[in-house]
Amino acid sequence: MQIDERLEIETPEGTLLTLSLAGPIPRAMAYGIDLLIRIVFFAIFAMVLAALGKVGTGIMLITLFLLEWFYPTLFEALRHGQTPGKKFMGIAVVHSNGTPLSFNGSLIRNLLRTADAFPLFYLLGFISTLLSPRFQRLGDMAANSVVIHVESTPTAVKPENADTTPPDWPLTREDQLALLAFQERQSQFSEPRQQELAQLAYPELSPSLALQRLKAVTRYLMEGAR
Amino acid sequence: MKQIQFENRYRSVWNGLEAQLEQLEAIRVGRQKALPLDQFVTDYRQLCHQLALARERGYSLELQQYLNNLVLRAHRQLYRYNPSLADRIGDFFGRSFPQAVRRQWRWHMISALSFVLSIALAWTLVHQQPDMVYTVLDESSLADIEMMYQPDEDGGSDIHADRDGSDDVLMFGYYIKNNIGIAFRTFAGGLLLGVGAILVMLFNGSFFGAIAGHLINVGGDEPFFTFVIAHGAPELTAIVLAGGAGLRLGWAIIAPGAYTRLNALRLAAKDSLPTMYGVFALLLLAAFIEAFWSPRDFEPVVKYSVGAACWGLLYLYLLFGGRHGTGKG
Repeated sequence: MQIDERLEIETPEGTLLTLSLAGPIPRAMAYGIDLLIRIVFFAIFAMVLAALGKVGTGIMLITLFLLEWFYPTLFEALRHGQTPGKKFMGIAVVHSNGTPLSFNGSLIRNLLRTADAFPLFYLLGFISTLLSPRFQRLGDMAANSVVIHVESTPTAVKPENADTTPPDWPLTREDQLALLAFQERQSQFSEPRQQELAQLAYPELSPSLALQRLKAVTRYLMEGAR
Repeated sequence: MKQIQFENRYRSVWNGLEAQLEQLEAIRVGRQKALPLDQFVTDYRQLCHQLALARERGYSLELQQYLNNLVLRAHRQLYRYNPSLADRIGDFFGRSFPQAVRRQWRWHMISALSFVLSIALAWTLVHQQPDMVYTVLDESSLADIEMMYQPDEDGGSDIHADRDGSDDVLMFGYYIKNNIGIAFRTFAGGLLLGVGAILVMLFNGSFFGAIAGHLINVGGDEPFFTFVIAHGAPELTAIVLAGGAGLRLGWAIIAPGAYTRLNALRLAAKDSLPTMYGVFALLLLAAFIEAFWSPRDFEPVVKYSVGAACWGLLYLYLLFGGRHGTGKG
């Protein structure tokens, strides 16, 4: 079995869309942020309403009801599947075919929240999220929705003015992707680690030469011969 | 074609599409028709093609990711479904809600039976053995209830005395928060193999039965029944319907029939959603009646006839609403 947090769906245009599913941790944090927002909002609102006596208490109870049941539904249905907490965490709810969450879908998944929260601290929802191949809690299963990461990675392939070298071996598609991935992620590694990795490709060269050579080959892949 | 050339060639299309998407995402759905969208569909098709090319040619993952995100955003805008809200509400009360209730009548029947039988049981027990009431309620809450409904020396009872408009609003808020919350939780409880829903029905039924039986014993029955009769129609019905919808969910997991459990659950949820919208509407109505009509001090005859009208109208609506026309009801 393949463990993968990506969900591939085919659009009517015949393109494969890749959704990257959000696991329990970012979702729990988003929930925490939403909870905090609601508590702060309610505290401020309650202080204002306290001046109104019994009418204020009545309105306060209605507010509490709306915050508990409709805060997530309204935000998810009207703000592209994102409550403020989800927006902050860069995640969103969509239907599992990638279309935006409908009001009905959002209502189902939020009405069934109680079942997910059973018996305490979302235990059932957590177990269901871990067991489900799409990280769905029970409410998500019933509403046919998934929670995905939506952060947009800026494309940053900048041409560098340096020499390019054609690869000296028959290049497969996997090789090409590995090289390009190395190019994109190299800033995450220290220089010696980059050299070490480059030496896997060119064991016969010295570390710094190997890295230079590998970068030149990658540039060739992206820009062609100069 | 190398990646840089590819990017240079199509960058303008992507930027154009991105600008259009930002416009589309910023405004409300209803106004989107005003935008010039002819180019959008063409660009989106092209984009899909380019994403496929980028994958096939093994361009960098970052570019693939960028195109993928762009396709995803455009896909969301293109395949959005949004009919007008007023039409949907009219259709809902005119047809969908009573039809959904009748479609699932078996579940509502089970839910209603468990509720009514537990009322009857608790009522009879308390009536025969007055002390039995303490198995359901503790002494202080019982004292509160007695105080509310027992006639005072001057003949009125506590629920009618010293009550003004602000109390009504307070109780309205309380009924909304409490009752609708209970109904929603009952529905969700049904997902736990139906156990949660049945338990709520049994618990609430015996609670109600015990209070009714006890108040008859202590002579507070008239204030109590004149108080509950009108709002009881939408409120008790709504709780029973929420239980029935919950049972439907639980049964979909226990016995999914020809479907996988996941699909059976999805179908059940979709099927019971109209009922839950209706439960919400009924409980709003109930809270309104309970807060603003039930505490008014009228002759019992008036209260009982209004109550009977509530029950009658509601069940006429649920049984016969939306039967004409489609032939589906």
